[in-house]
Amino acid sequence: MDKVERRKERLDRGIKVRTEGIYAVSSLQEVSYLVLPRLVLIVGLLILPFLMPNLYWNSVICTVGIYALLALGFDFLAHFVGLVSLGGAFFIGVGGYTAAILNKSLGLSPVFTIPMATLGGAIICTLLLLPALPLRGVYFAIVTLMYPLALKEIIVALNILGGTDGILGVAGFPNIWIEQYLIILIVIFALFGLRRLVNEDIGLVFRGVKDNDQSVRASGLSITLYKAIAVFIASGLGSLGGAYLSHKHMWSGISQFALDFSVLPIAATVIGGGGTLVGPVLGCFFLVPISEFLRAFGTLRIVFYSVILTAFIMFRSEGFMVYAQRKYHQFQRWVKV
Amino acid sequence: MDILIYILIYGIINSFSLALWAIGFTLVYGISRLPNFAHGALYVITGFLVWWFLNKLHLNYFVAIPLALVLMGVVGAAIYRFVLIRVRGMATSEIIATYALGLAVLEFLRWRGYRGMTYTLPVFFEGSRNIGGVPVDLQRIIVIGIGIVVVCFMWLFTHFNKTGLALRGMAQDEHAAMMLGIDSDWMAVIAMGMGSILAGLSAIALLPLGNIVVEAGYSVLILSIAVCIVGGLGSWVGAILAAFIIGFLQIIAAYIQSHFQMVVALLAIIITLILRPSGLFGRQKELEERV
Repeated sequence: MDKVERRKERLDRGIKVRTEGIYAVSSLQEVSYLVLPRLVLIVGLLILPFLMPNLYWNSVICTVGIYALLALGFDFLAHFVGLVSLGGAFFIGVGGYTAAILNKSLGLSPVFTIPMATLGGAIICTLLLLPALPLRGVYFAIVTLMYPLALKEIIVALNILGGTDGILGVAGFPNIWIEQYLIILIVIFALFGLRRLVNEDIGLVFRGVKDNDQSVRASGLSITLYKAIAVFIASGLGSLGGAYLSHKHMWSGISQFALDFSVLPIAATVIGGGGTLVGPVLGCFFLVPISEFLRAFGTLRIVFYSVILTAFIMFRSEGFMVYAQRKYHQFQRWVKV
Repeated sequence: MDILIYILIYGIINSFSLALWAIGFTLVYGISRLPNFAHGALYVITGFLVWWFLNKLHLNYFVAIPLALVLMGVVGAAIYRFVLIRVRGMATSEIIATYALGLAVLEFLRWRGYRGMTYTLPVFFEGSRNIGGVPVDLQRIIVIGIGIVVVCFMWLFTHFNKTGLALRGMAQDEHAAMMLGIDSDWMAVIAMGMGSILAGLSAIALLPLGNIVVEAGYSVLILSIAVCIVGGLGSWVGAILAAFIIGFLQIIAAYIQSHFQMVVALLAIIITLILRPSGLFGRQKELEERV
């Protein structure tokens, strides 16, 4: 066999280039190239509750939604702002406890407690993480990993907020359909909202903070302020998930600081494809049902995600959506070097 | 007065336990910059391995321990050679990959139901001594001895041995070290192997004090990170000092309420990282860690 040096060349498809400008509306083909993938996702999410065989799987959808919010927050912080947060459980726990306290002590209904816990939780998380914001990379990751563990130990040690029993008797949702559509609409809104945000001017600054923070500083912008805004958004998403979780289980307790909430969103992001925002959501729709199937095996399911996670990090670190988007937007051919 | 002696004696013992737990992690992360988040899992595996050698294969105690340590060294080297080498340089991926591996091992052991009174290792010597009116097990005194020997050995190794100096060189400036003919991957294999052996050694010294439980894997990891971060990367003096600070604070906190033991370690990590990310004695890469 003669050795011909070849390499793969990737080029954008013509239709991709056309749909970036005003020509997007020139024909039905271009319009559908843009709209179809988004429509498939939205319609798919909206009809999903009807496809579930029984009530148990309907409630799994709600769990998927909570993890999807966390995974969105993780992906946004890690791939657009450069802050690797391993503290998903911290956001969930703060949001969950805030909602439960508001509901129990002030008697507010979920219509008020969820928005209030989202905002309040985001403020509490941002204030607590504020001193850690100058840290980078691994150091920020370790601090965020320690926060939920520390908070859980403090609650147990001081026996506050219900101690190990948690706060019981939080108001629930009227029925399973409201419960499902609420979280699905929130996920869709958060997904498209974040995509919009990262393409605005502020998104450019966020990426600047990630890639070269000194240049952001040289432009007269405060890095800490922008990091705080990003953490506020991500922790808001997490707290929203936590508040929803408290009302869903009608209970708030220390298991909301469990490691699952920190580990699964990361696994979903790695599998779904980091930096795409939609990838992590799809990753959750793949991982959470699998973990439900494996529930009978107890902690074996954690073994299962860990192995998947390691395998993806080692062999396919780009993830599913990055691959899919490349195939959709580009074609490749072999060329001689 | 009794309380003061109690705090003093158990504080010293606890500090040396922490130093033993942390020293393998410090060698791998602090010196070679490879975060080995499977450290706690390696610690627990060693415990079960020795237990299995002693109770199932009926090996002699003095055969089982070296065999277990050698096996741990091979496992550590294999983790680098087959897993970490693929993600080298991407700090977050290194952490996630090793953490996921450790999690997989620990949760697998938990699933198989390895827990309870049967899983204990024999102590080196039975009996206890009274020191200033406080009874202390002989095993705990041996822990102090092993701690001193290991710390001294590691200090000498990293300051006067060619391989040890090469490991430190890698941490300080990888490119310069490679230009001087240091093979970066080989050094990392050695670091991971030695780190795993040290994790195993700490398991053999400390596990006879209680049952072998899976949860120990997580707490050992957290305490090791705490000592490594509070002390500062790449500093043995810092690591020992940090082990003493956290060790004494833990004993004092446990005297007030036993749940505070872990809170102390977690708060120590958070506060140190926020106030002084490079640790008490860390001098390496101070600028890179913080804007």
